[in-house]
Amino acid sequence: MAFELPKLQYAYDSLEPHIDSKTMEIHHTKHHAAYVNNLNNALAGTGNENKKLEDLMASISSLPAAVRNNGGGHYNHSLFWEIMKPNGGGNPTGDLADAINRYFGSYDKLKETLSNAGLTRFGSGWAWLVVKGSELVVTSTPNQDNPLMDVADVKGTPILGIDVWEHAYYLKYQNRRNEYLSAIWNVLNWEEISRRFKLAIH
Amino acid sequence: MSFELPKLPYALNALEPVISQKTLEFHYGKHHQAYVNNLNNLVPGTKFENASLETIIKEADGGIFNNGAQVWNHTFFFNSLAPDAGGEPSGTLADAIKKDFGSFAEFKEKFSKAAVTLFGSGWAWLVKNGEGKLEIVQEPNAGNPLRKGLTPVLTCDVWEHAYYLDYQNRRPDFVESFWKLVDWKTVGARF
Ligand SMILES: [Fe+2]
Ligand SMILES: [Fe+2]
Repeated sequence: MAFELPKLQYAYDSLEPHIDSKTMEIHHTKHHAAYVNNLNNALAGTGNENKKLEDLMASISSLPAAVRNNGGGHYNHSLFWEIMKPNGGGNPTGDLADAINRYFGSYDKLKETLSNAGLTRFGSGWAWLVVKGSELVVTSTPNQDNPLMDVADVKGTPILGIDVWEHAYYLKYQNRRNEYLSAIWNVLNWEEISRRFKLAIH
Repeated sequence: MSFELPKLPYALNALEPVISQKTLEFHYGKHHQAYVNNLNNLVPGTKFENASLETIIKEADGGIFNNGAQVWNHTFFFNSLAPDAGGEPSGTLADAIKKDFGSFAEFKEKFSKAAVTLFGSGWAWLVKNGEGKLEIVQEPNAGNPLRKGLTPVLTCDVWEHAYYLDYQNRRPDFVESFWKLVDWKTVGARF
């Protein structure tokens, strides 16, 4: 069974003005779709076609670069669409809010740390909020790597990922990655991030 | 002594329609300028304060390497292009391309493939190696072949910022159009 491009749970224009409709449409129907197609092509005939994406990530160092790049691309974008929603933002609540306060001091401090991880990732990549054992940590990865991969510097379960490839923001923000990183907090889906936190934490 | 943004050898709209004025305004006016500014902020008090960009490319790491190499790479890239250029090289470069790649068409195909398949941000390069032979190499992010003892002859910037306003996800279209702007006079003189 081949991997498929997931449908978005909201319209392309519904994250405006923070993320514009054209960016969403190209990002989903072109970039993400290409990762899915290329992943299916890279896996065809290898015996790995029916593996779960998470299992492929865990042994990515022994798989071809095409699986790392496109499998990561498929996983990362699938997560990215889900942790955003129209009229999102606000503050995290409950156990996740407690954990954020415990490991970062405050929600504002988390914002600053995660934004900075995205801003200082040179080239293409992702900034992550990760459950590592019983801790919450911030990290970033190059290209389409992620913290599930055995090659990652910081390994764990990502619960929030921010795409800092230029394609994620260039049509609207051009060179101003900092403005994109300020705006994205307005569309975060904290219910979904909390759900992922509860599944990941032990 | 601080690093400076070199002047572009053509007007910002001179490369239209292959590269739009808007793209060049950002690429040259913002990205290239930011690498220059960042480098000037990073080098004071380090051993690279009075170093050349070539020394920085060969010896520095981290932010000084990234910004220093990106200053050099962009200057080299912008100087490789010209309005009403393109076509094919002549003279010794044409002979070397024939000798090392079989034909200009085969070279073009191989260089384009390197540019299109580089995953993430980076650069495709035509270089001369220690034996004087031409090679094509890919470098991620700020990578520059000088660091490996190779001599750059031509480069294509495939960071998404180089083409996203004009071509979005269609990097192959950008690379195909890039050939219309290659200034073989300058590139041949480098060789
Ligand atoms: Fe993306
Ligand atoms: Fe560039």
